[in-house]
Amino acid sequence: MAAVGGHGLQGYVARRILLALPVLVGVSLLVFGVMRLAPGDPAAIMLGAQATAEDVARLRRDLGLDRPVAVQYLQWMGRVLQGDLGRSIPLGREVLPEVLLRFKATVLLTSGALLIAVAMGLAAGIVSATRQYSWLDKLSMAIAVTGVSLPVFWTGIMLILVFALSLRWFPSAGMVSPYGGGGGADLLWHLALPAVTLGTASAAAVARLTRSSVLEIIRQDYVRAARAKGLTERAVIARHVLKNALNPILTVVGVQVGYLLGGAILTETVFSWPGLGSMMVRAIQARDYPLVQGGVLLIATTFVLVNLIVDLLYAVFDPRIRYE
Amino acid sequence: MSAVTDVVRMFRKSGSAVFGLALVVVLGAAALLAPLLAPHDPDTIDTARRLIRPLTVGHPLGTDEFGRDLLSRLLYGARTSLVVGLAATALAAALGSVCGLLAGFIGRWVDQLVMRSIDTLMAFPYFLLAIAIIATLGPGLVNGMVAVAIVNIPFYGRIVRATVLAVKQTEYVEAARALGVSELRLSLTHVLRNCLAPLIVAVTLNVGGMITALAGLSFLGLGVQPPTSDWGSMLSSSRQYMNVAPHVAALPGLAIFMAVLGFNLLGDGLRDALDPRLR
Repeated sequence: MAAVGGHGLQGYVARRILLALPVLVGVSLLVFGVMRLAPGDPAAIMLGAQATAEDVARLRRDLGLDRPVAVQYLQWMGRVLQGDLGRSIPLGREVLPEVLLRFKATVLLTSGALLIAVAMGLAAGIVSATRQYSWLDKLSMAIAVTGVSLPVFWTGIMLILVFALSLRWFPSAGMVSPYGGGGGADLLWHLALPAVTLGTASAAAVARLTRSSVLEIIRQDYVRAARAKGLTERAVIARHVLKNALNPILTVVGVQVGYLLGGAILTETVFSWPGLGSMMVRAIQARDYPLVQGGVLLIATTFVLVNLIVDLLYAVFDPRIRYE
Repeated sequence: MSAVTDVVRMFRKSGSAVFGLALVVVLGAAALLAPLLAPHDPDTIDTARRLIRPLTVGHPLGTDEFGRDLLSRLLYGARTSLVVGLAATALAAALGSVCGLLAGFIGRWVDQLVMRSIDTLMAFPYFLLAIAIIATLGPGLVNGMVAVAIVNIPFYGRIVRATVLAVKQTEYVEAARALGVSELRLSLTHVLRNCLAPLIVAVTLNVGGMITALAGLSFLGLGVQPPTSDWGSMLSSSRQYMNVAPHVAALPGLAIFMAVLGFNLLGDGLRDALDPRLR
């Protein structure tokens, strides 16, 4: 039986990876469209009002704008697959090294926020569900609905006001101290406020979903059976309830990664965090299409891969899914 | 109408839904009555009275960095933020419903096309897609609205498609078809009507997110452009002065938070009353 199960998992993994490919093609089409669908001549917009007609014509040729759209897409795609994301004209640099450098900062911020969201959300959700309708349940769900409603950019500003400007416990901006910074402790110290800011709303969403999925499973017969055979409440929750509540929770965590990667754009701007989000906002204002495309492509691809991993984890936790 | 009684009963039981409704009504009234309620013109600059603290005579909530009355600006900002949020939600619900209806009703390749497009839209992190669309269309209020509406098409499309597929299986639709009712009339009377309850719930739950997303775009300078202002752009310009005048940053954000909380609580209550399966 073990061999059949393993085969089922392999087949599932292969099918799921194949399903991700058309989505990635769709993503690439949309990212390609960012420049091509813009109203007006992208070359003229990128070079600004002072550009000469020859400069515009040369850029049009370099970008391949004089060819049919399908050819343009294939050429662009071919270059992207070779790691060539084009040149940023305002920065005067290649796009790829620039976005990779900033991607590290965004991943650091998003992971910190995800850690906070999952830890706080799971704890609050489990406590709420196991003590349904208690004052603790009501309090944590009230905090959760407040948390979901908080705009991330405002939370950030309020945290800066209290913890950076008034109490001076944490820095208000940046990723490393200007003097003598750069170590792991210094990084964590800078990360604390942005990660809490970004993670709060997601923690609230995870808490709400954890509560409802745990509540649903707690009512099942097998949980009553586990209690009846004399297991401690702690063992019932850990072994029987949480294990079965894991997949819906995993789903919401996957969705939250999307919210975190998007919310990072706002958080990075509030805290001057040197990530992809703050870079893209400036790039949009400067009409720096290649830089925007590079950033969007990198984040969207990451998100597709995260969703792929989440789907593969489902099959690990719930063998039934492999055979669907 | 049993749905109406359900909603009334839910409101009797749930304090938080009533609180949400009250927040929405108060903020809506404040936006509607802004010209009557505002003590000053929201755009009158008075540099002699810059960054006045709240609870000052004549300026109950103080003034901003140009000496403009903050209460008046918040009231007029409510108009922009709420109207734009509601309009974007309506646009998303309309576009999404059309997609869901076509996919669910026609099926076959139309369903495939719509669902694969929805998959692609959903492959983007929520706010990132709005940013990418703004990068294409250029910053601005209307473009911002279109961007967040497109981002939310999958949300409505999937709800409507699922409802259509469920309703198509029912015996009364089969009976109506056997009686010779045309496909168009069938979709408009029976199918769309069954989508109404889930759509009302979805719209109410979605408005809060729309208001936040649009305020977020304005905060980044990609949404509302000066001289128009909404709560997001007010928050953005206040950041440079938050050291000396924290209230200028605190109040617009508080307004966004209250509006979003109001719609979320109201939506939670409506969902519990109208669509118990989603609970």
